[in-house]
Amino acid sequence: MPHKTFFWFFFPSGLAMLLFIGLPIISSFFQSLHIEPEQILMEVEKCDPFGCKTETKVDIEATTKLQEEQPLGRFNGLGTYGDRNHLAFEEIKEAWSNSSSIGEFTDILLNLPFYKALLFTLTFCFAVTPPVVILGFIVALSINTITKSLKGPTIFGVILPMIVTPLIGSLVLFWMIDAKGILGATIQYLFDDPNLSLKSSSQLTWITLIIYGIWHNTPFAFVVFYAALQTVPQDPIEAAIIDGASRYDRVRHIVIPHLYPVATFIILICLMDNFRVLEPIIGFAAEGVAQSLSWMIYNDLRSENKMLFGSAGATSMLTIIGVAFLLTPVLIRTWREFRTER
Amino acid sequence: MESKINRYSKQLILINSLFILVWLVISVFPFIWTFWGSFKVKADFFSRADWMFAVTGVNTLIETGDTSTVKAYVESWTEGEFWKATMNTIIITVSVVTISLFLGTLGAYALSRSTYKYTFWILIAALIFRAMPHITLVSGYLFPFFQLNVWGILPTTIIVLVAINQPFTLWLLYSFFKTVPKELDESALIDGCSYFQAFRYVIMPVMWPGVVTAGLFSMMLAYNDFTVTSLLLNQQNYTMVPKINAYLGTIEHSGNYMWAVSSVVSATAPLFMIIMFFQRQLISGLTAGAVKG
Repeated sequence: MPHKTFFWFFFPSGLAMLLFIGLPIISSFFQSLHIEPEQILMEVEKCDPFGCKTETKVDIEATTKLQEEQPLGRFNGLGTYGDRNHLAFEEIKEAWSNSSSIGEFTDILLNLPFYKALLFTLTFCFAVTPPVVILGFIVALSINTITKSLKGPTIFGVILPMIVTPLIGSLVLFWMIDAKGILGATIQYLFDDPNLSLKSSSQLTWITLIIYGIWHNTPFAFVVFYAALQTVPQDPIEAAIIDGASRYDRVRHIVIPHLYPVATFIILICLMDNFRVLEPIIGFAAEGVAQSLSWMIYNDLRSENKMLFGSAGATSMLTIIGVAFLLTPVLIRTWREFRTER
Repeated sequence: MESKINRYSKQLILINSLFILVWLVISVFPFIWTFWGSFKVKADFFSRADWMFAVTGVNTLIETGDTSTVKAYVESWTEGEFWKATMNTIIITVSVVTISLFLGTLGAYALSRSTYKYTFWILIAALIFRAMPHITLVSGYLFPFFQLNVWGILPTTIIVLVAINQPFTLWLLYSFFKTVPKELDESALIDGCSYFQAFRYVIMPVMWPGVVTAGLFSMMLAYNDFTVTSLLLNQQNYTMVPKINAYLGTIEHSGNYMWAVSSVVSATAPLFMIIMFFQRQLISGLTAGAVKG
């Protein structure tokens, strides 16, 4: 295909991506270098019969004027990145010199908003992914063995948690886990503790969120494994049966090695998707104890009258750096695939 | 494909069936429960006394005179203006699917037929774009959109969703176009077709399975989106998912809580219907990038 034809075919799609994915990233970065303008204060002298007092007041007129002149706020360089809500260099330095043990230091560190969110995001990513891969594999193996006529409806049932949007999925579970819902009440009954609630402690909330993550992501792993199972060669399996290999041995030594590349694909996609976890936190109303990086950005942008563009931009940039780390293996894999294709 | 030697023992079949049954319950029961509960009043669905109330509907009987009620549905659709959210969702979903398929098929066709090296770099860039968390993009949109005064309206959101959706659509359609033999459009070109004619009259007619799959994924993205719609639309233009979240924001009004429950059912039911029909396409799309041997 000549360059010119290619250009016109690709132009609309490329333009859309450039304008609405490429530019926003740059815009985010630009925003992160600025900070909301300070309110301009003025001193007003108020005199009454008992004497004069000076008061400081917000000069609304001047503040609005400044906002109109510099809608993005004033230039702050990389200042926002280092402040308390982001990388918090000062606080860390202080904590390092003041705390007597490593434990105390990590305590202080993990109470800083950014590190707290990072800890949750990473915990969520790495706690959800392994069970998803293992469960997805087991479900795929067992559905692969059932009668053909039952497969369609069964697969439909199993993929439902993946189809609904995370917000709705988490709400549906949240209503059941609620102390007044069916699961919550049953758990209270089982542990004989009427005050037990999955919302009561931060550990329990984290566990609930992780269980939700597994519930939501397993269907994806299942579907991919299921499709891959259809491509497992039958000849070696039959040869293994003749040689007397048990079912377990066949799965362990023939099926699993065949599925390794697929498993790495699932792990990478799962890590990348869960790194942006946001909706479950809102659905489970877990903002108090579990904040993710995405949630921090969402929180900065939520209020309609005072959006913290600078802060949101800085967190976005830091999140993108995190994504870049997770993305590198995917890119290397794709690059290798392309090279072998040619 | 099952050979006779590979027969399953009775215990294995039993354990297997049991496991599938348990897993099905885990996957499906929450939705059945919510569906059932949406016809009850709040005092039953969130019963302090006994969760069995949600099944029997004791308080529903006391409050409405029957064991099930459609009050929450009627109220949320009329008073809660869920009809408006539904309309918005339909407008956004249909537009996003149409536009992103149009742009996506053109782009992916070009990528699959060009032999130059830059196609590789474009695909890599698309992969990087696909990995960007949507919320980081939204944080980049808000300020310029406010300045240009295009925040809060449907067209902006549609274009944004189309763009966010492009990388995935491109990759998916690219892998489908690769399966269409090159000889097909080459012979059309020799016969005197332009590239566009070859694309339109020769390739597209055999591409429908791929287009349906890509359309299904665009639909799910637009229909399910929360991050973009909740931050880029104003309250009046909310689609279903942010609307449901908005109902929850006012928990104090106990009626509203059941609005959210019934709206969850209203929002998921059509989606499940569509997936029931297009399950095969969905699965083929999910596995397009993963299984290559």
